[in-house]
Amino acid sequence: KLLKRAEHIFRKGVCCCRFLLCASGECVKVFSTSTEECIHDLRGHTELVTGVLLRPSNHLQVYSCSADGTVRLWDFTDGILIKTYVIGYPIYSIYASANHEGVIFLVTPAQSDKRSEMFQLVAVQLPQSGDQLVEARELSAVLSDVSSNPAAIVFGRGGEYIASANGLQLEVYFFKKQKAYRFPLKEDNKKGGKNTFMCVACHPKDDCIATGHEDGKIRLWRNFNHKKEYTYSTLHWHHSAVSSLCFTPEGTNLLSGGIESVLVQWRYNQESQRDFLPRLGAAITHIAVSPDGALFCTSHSDNSKDKNKFYSLQRDKLLYNLDIVQQEYIHESGLQQFEVVKAAFNASGNWLATVEERKQKAAELELNLKLWAYDEQTQSFVLNTTISAPHEAQITAMCFCHAADSQTTMLASTSKDGHFKAWQLAAQAHTEDEGPSWSCDFVGAYHDLVPECCCFSADGSLLAVSFQEVVTVWSPASWELLTTLSQPPGAIRDLCFGRLSCSKYLLGTSANNLLCCWNLLTCSLEWSTSMDVSLLLADPLSENMAAFCCQAGCTDLFVFKPSEPRPLFSRKEVCSGKVTRAVFAPREEMLESCEESSQWLNHSQLYFLTQYMDLMTFTTKAEEDRLMASSKQLVIDDSVAMTPFYLLLGKHRQQENQDSLGGMSAERTPLPQGSVAIRELLQTPAHVLPSTSYLCSMFVQSLLISAKDILSSSPTEQFYLSHSRL
Amino acid sequence: MGEFKVHRVRFFDYMPSAIRAMAFNSRTERLAVARADGALEIFNFADHYFQEKVIPGQDGRAVEALCWVGQRLFSAGLNGEITEYDLENMRPRYTVEAYGGPIWTISSNSQGTLLAVGCEDGTVKMFELLDERIRFQRNLERQKGRIISLSWHPSGTLIAAGMMDMIRIFDAETGHATHRLLVERGAGASKSKEVVVWSIAFLSDHTIVSGDSAGKVQIWDGLTGTLVKTHLVTKWDVLALAVSQDESSLVAGTSEGTVVQFQFIASTVDQQDKEWVRTRTFKNHSHDVRALAHTETAVVSGGMDTQLVVRPLLDKVEKNTQESALRKIAFPHRSLVCCAKKAGLLLFQFPDHLELWRVGESDGLGKPGDSLPVKRNPEKLIQLKRKGEDHICCSALSPCGGWLAYSTVSAVRLYRIQYNNISITKVSKLPKDLRSAHQLCFSSDSSKLFASSSHSSVVIVSLNQLECKHLHTLKPRSGSRQPVHLLFASEDGKWLAAANADCEIHVYNLHKLKLHCTVPVHSSCPTAIAIHPVTSNLVVVHADQQIFEYSLMQKEYTEWSRKLQKQGLHSLWLERDTPVTHISYSPKNPAHIFLHDMFMFCIIDQSLPLPEAKTMLYNQMTLRSLPEPERIRHSHAFKICKNFQHLLCVSLLEDHSLVVVERPLLDIMSQLPAPVRQKKFAT
Repeated sequence: KLLKRAEHIFRKGVCCCRFLLCASGECVKVFSTSTEECIHDLRGHTELVTGVLLRPSNHLQVYSCSADGTVRLWDFTDGILIKTYVIGYPIYSIYASANHEGVIFLVTPAQSDKRSEMFQLVAVQLPQSGDQLVEARELSAVLSDVSSNPAAIVFGRGGEYIASANGLQLEVYFFKKQKAYRFPLKEDNKKGGKNTFMCVACHPKDDCIATGHEDGKIRLWRNFNHKKEYTYSTLHWHHSAVSSLCFTPEGTNLLSGGIESVLVQWRYNQESQRDFLPRLGAAITHIAVSPDGALFCTSHSDNSKDKNKFYSLQRDKLLYNLDIVQQEYIHESGLQQFEVVKAAFNASGNWLATVEERKQKAAELELNLKLWAYDEQTQSFVLNTTISAPHEAQITAMCFCHAADSQTTMLASTSKDGHFKAWQLAAQAHTEDEGPSWSCDFVGAYHDLVPECCCFSADGSLLAVSFQEVVTVWSPASWELLTTLSQPPGAIRDLCFGRLSCSKYLLGTSANNLLCCWNLLTCSLEWSTSMDVSLLLADPLSENMAAFCCQAGCTDLFVFKPSEPRPLFSRKEVCSGKVTRAVFAPREEMLESCEESSQWLNHSQLYFLTQYMDLMTFTTKAEEDRLMASSKQLVIDDSVAMTPFYLLLGKHRQQENQDSLGGMSAERTPLPQGSVAIRELLQTPAHVLPSTSYLCSMFVQSLLISAKDILSSSPTEQFYLSHSRL
Repeated sequence: MGEFKVHRVRFFDYMPSAIRAMAFNSRTERLAVARADGALEIFNFADHYFQEKVIPGQDGRAVEALCWVGQRLFSAGLNGEITEYDLENMRPRYTVEAYGGPIWTISSNSQGTLLAVGCEDGTVKMFELLDERIRFQRNLERQKGRIISLSWHPSGTLIAAGMMDMIRIFDAETGHATHRLLVERGAGASKSKEVVVWSIAFLSDHTIVSGDSAGKVQIWDGLTGTLVKTHLVTKWDVLALAVSQDESSLVAGTSEGTVVQFQFIASTVDQQDKEWVRTRTFKNHSHDVRALAHTETAVVSGGMDTQLVVRPLLDKVEKNTQESALRKIAFPHRSLVCCAKKAGLLLFQFPDHLELWRVGESDGLGKPGDSLPVKRNPEKLIQLKRKGEDHICCSALSPCGGWLAYSTVSAVRLYRIQYNNISITKVSKLPKDLRSAHQLCFSSDSSKLFASSSHSSVVIVSLNQLECKHLHTLKPRSGSRQPVHLLFASEDGKWLAAANADCEIHVYNLHKLKLHCTVPVHSSCPTAIAIHPVTSNLVVVHADQQIFEYSLMQKEYTEWSRKLQKQGLHSLWLERDTPVTHISYSPKNPAHIFLHDMFMFCIIDQSLPLPEAKTMLYNQMTLRSLPEPERIRHSHAFKICKNFQHLLCVSLLEDHSLVVVERPLLDIMSQLPAPVRQKKFAT
């Protein structure tokens, strides 16, 4: 079954004390703020979810609105759909206020046709009815010509008025007086600042509206119940557009964020005092504050330009970002940044190589090759070696030697300067240096041709480097050219050694729609077939190879063994557009699937990334069931209050749950032996138990063991490199 | 428009003086501005911010504070004296020594009966206001440390005084201090430095607002003496405060050149209790804002960068009107340059000296826009230092260049200049009637000197090699007491026109030595007058940018003037914010009138049709791109040239070449001291 994981466009999120709700694609994701895990998805909308809103009268329920023309009411702790209100028009955002009982405010297109660029704010009286599906057609327009941006409309103090910013105009509508005031700004001021409104926020207690502008200014409007005598003050820290503003619930602070990826906290009425939370990783698109003011949530636009993101595929959670460039990301349109263009892991996942380059019009190309070692203690990558200018021209390919048993770790890189280089980890000659570092071992070239790609064989005894239509095979031990293989015409696009029993085969794809397979024992072409392969990769745990063929805007997938002419699995039109990157992620536990068509997924799972940044994978039926089960179990865990003692109890119950689930997912590992100790503890009468402090440390310890187990059992290959915009 | 050889003069190093103090009289709508050199300027805010009067400075008079009491204007300075000014004769009326060391501040109670001054020795001295003088009344309780700022409570019973590190509240009746408000010092390194309360304001609800050297604007409760709120406005000093008449808005000027507005606003819409909230920030100055005034519709600020800035408050004025435009007044509204047309000489007036220059010469020919090779460089012939401690208030050079005259508030001096080997001789015996002049002017044949004297009278002195004789004193019939600020003698020597601050223009017949006529009074003050050499029509431009042409023969407005008034001037012409300061005529083409303001010079061709409201006013560039026959159809009477900027004088010489005296504002800016250091983004 094909499962699509949409890119996380968090259009709008709400934050309550323990849960964070984010609209993501067609569903709403519920995250726990304590564990940062996604607890469950609220599924039901048929089009993009455009807004999420806590129900003002009941903080355990949430409204979500979608472009499919419905508003749904959920119990988000249990993930149950309570009601569906059919509005009939695409909805772009949703607002509600505690003072307007039973009424929600929606932004819909001004005319009923969908193409119109004009939007209006309408009030919808929600009918009281017991049915699950309710038609709500009583719309009354409140404001015309509003922005579809959810951040551009906000309720004022106690819901007495609503403020809407659109373009260059701020409009405040007072419900009691039924009167609207408009405050236009000039398009731009003399200094060139653009005055366009980006977002609004209202102070919860005072009559003060904060607006964010395109030039980075924040205006605080007061006295806006006068047509002329309104006034505003200006705060300026952001240098580019302010994309989100939010007052804290008590109104003591104002939070703002923008492209600088810095969260700025302004003291209300003491605006010269401000605090910063810098280096949040990416531009801030939305800020939400939990009602008790204890938690701030920022959502970011994912422009992973300088950062590599590590995603745990099995947990659907961003593991960590690694700042490769280690330069403060100064956003400035037109300013050239260091860009990470290539990255590679070695097989065991303890080395990462990255290439970054900066090309300025006048200056020469700047290249940096960085090698990172995985640190078990800190659970992150630590920079080991930086090689500036490793090549004279752009690096075209890079690969680590895969041999797990070999003593030396090797990296091969090919460049447009006509050379390929092998880099080796070696202890420094100077003994005062602590650890080994990387240095160049060999520089090779072939007939002034430009090397395009390189590949190590599974045992690390061979290195294949392609020079246009010629494939050269080298021995890394002695660095001699063993043989050349060639299948003209057409330059080689991809090279791949077979694995395990097929390791005698070398596969290559050429630009001329040819997939060739050479037998390295005979140094002859074993077979070749005509197909336009855009990406070729081998499964490290089996003989399987996957080939993605791009045809007429769609990508087809073939899985085959080099030794067998018949593909194991083929699927037409897996996705639209080209597949840019793919990876076989080894499974923690081997599946024992008996279906022939899914046997190739037993050892590892195939993940691939399309040109539209969709990350996709193949799952089996059994896995799907398991996923559902585990998500249910997580909910039960989280819905009970987290008292310290409950930790003890809950752990135990979870154990039981797992046992009951055991029949369904037999392969699931039982939790570490710590649980036995817990059971013992629980059975012991309270008066003979040791002091709580002693108990506490014990539990912490038991938790630690399990955490380590998970980490050690998950090889770093699971980390998926989402960065792939080259 | 025609082609001219242009002398582009940039050697007039005019340097305006920094603004020190300001006082606004809301009843008469006059703003008094004191400059660092002691000069005083009166701007009429009811008449397009026209600089009505200038009282020249004096060596050693450093005005630190200004105060209006009704129509009377007082100043106090670090020389320890209080001065009252005679605004009719534009001179100090009298000076009173306060005997308390340098005076930092002066303030009158709202009843206009008492004047309080704050002195270096820690005393607040009260002066009683009498009809003609002021009289010392008593001292308030003496404090340690100087009194920097003072403010009366509107009831007149309490006075708040800003000092070093504290604010004192005095009971004005008993003279005792009732409260002592301690002002916190700045953080960090400035902790050891005393904080100076530069400015203070006592509001009618007993709120005290203070601005200090630690960059704070603090709101105090004057009844209990407690601090209500602190607004940190700048890293540097808050130098000035000004409160609006209705006490709903106040502004604070800082060393960074910003003006920060605070407004008295209810925090929620329908509630009554209000608080002071920081709202707008205006940045129109590069240097310290030393003086501020809050008028009903605008914030007026001035400081070290010498410009007076009128920033209208957009919530108080109609949008997109002339009133809502920002105004910067950089140059005086009167001429500091005198041009001898026949001799090609320029006289530059500085407060303490005069410079006489001969313009350069060139015989080259070139295309329009070319710069010509200079045959003879312009040369400074004479630099004449004034005598005495009074600054020069006006000067004149005769058209032939043979006579030079200047006046201070105390004396008029006349010099004879010889050019064969340059020599200057003072004319020693001047008639007694010629004691002091507000404006000087020579007749076109250099045989007479006209000097405007008190009560709008004009003294005529005949000049010849042997002696200078008082001929006559011309007096207007209106009996106006205002000074004459414009004088113009016609080319044929028959007419003399004089305009005064009452907006009257009197034309005298010099042959008969009596008043010929008075031009109908327009509501706005004339800024430039001239009499046509051929037709004897008087052209007047007023501060509201209106142009009138008055026929002296018929004693009525000319046909052209009526047509102009009927059709109305172009809106862009009326929107200009600097007055026309000079009018001249072309001897070649009698239909041409030359006039200029700070940003443009204009030739009005009276033979061409007037511009319609919809036509482009500034059309010289588009005309140039049109083919010849089209041009005539599109051209109109106003030919405006903006090639030269920041003009102090444009004049036509006898040889039909144009003298353009420019003083780019950037040159002035570059001569100012360095502003306070500010961290700029990305530096």
